[in-house]
Amino acid sequence: MVKVNGEAKDIAGKSIAEYLATTSYDMRRIATELNGEIVPKAVYADTVLADGDSMEIVSFVGGG
Amino acid sequence: MIPTKEEWNLALEERHGKALSQTFASAAVAVCGLGGLGSNIAIALARAGIGKLILIDFDRVDMTNLHRQQYKADQIGMYKTRALAENLREIAPYISLELQTEQITQENAVTLLKDADVVCEAFDSAEAKAMLAEIVLTEMRGKYLVAASGMAGLYDANRIKTRKITGKFYLCGDEESDVSDGIGLVSSRVMLCAAHEAHAVLRILANHFEE
Repeated sequence: MVKVNGEAKDIAGKSIAEYLATTSYDMRRIATELNGEIVPKAVYADTVLADGDSMEIVSFVGGG
Repeated sequence: MIPTKEEWNLALEERHGKALSQTFASAAVAVCGLGGLGSNIAIALARAGIGKLILIDFDRVDMTNLHRQQYKADQIGMYKTRALAENLREIAPYISLELQTEQITQENAVTLLKDADVVCEAFDSAEAKAMLAEIVLTEMRGKYLVAASGMAGLYDANRIKTRKITGKFYLCGDEESDVSDGIGLVSSRVMLCAAHEAHAVLRILANHFEE
């Protein structure tokens, strides 16, 4: 299981890009943290999620 | 009459103690975007005695900014960098200011931010926020990022929070209220979020986030 924003999901083996494709996140508005490090968007397709990983997707909204 | 630099520093030492006021005085903080968040963040940091601010914005003060941004009616039309520098020097005459009147891009961000210990994201656009977060946290790994997301509208003030995402990344706001939904930004709630960002900067510098 992979923890995504605190929720356990059965997505081990998928890449970050593959997982995101199943969600409604806007790629241009997010930052993704995996096990304490921010992952550059350029490597989302090559970063494969493993059992026990913890990922947080921060989705920005506008305003400032 | 404006006090001397020595008197000024002594007054800050009396407030914050010698060690903390020296920590603040030796820090450099970049403020990326000088709108409702950035102008308020800069004022809070200048008052706290941060030694150097790097102020970055390409835009000019517009009449529609004055309901929430720390500019004055007679500054309409000025570059925000220059207008804010003027206002900050009235508050903290000995602060060191680096003005960068240009748009932060993927290409120039690393150069513009190289001297900053902490970077404050204070943009309007969600895409720009995400872009800066990625650059600072993946290409400039020694630096801290304090960012903001969700401070629009007249929603409850108490929903604005500071959340630690990683050891180097703090996010302020309610993470929901988008500027494009509803009435847009209101001065008091933007100030709250700006105060969260400025406060997170001071806590980072003072090592108060260490567990």
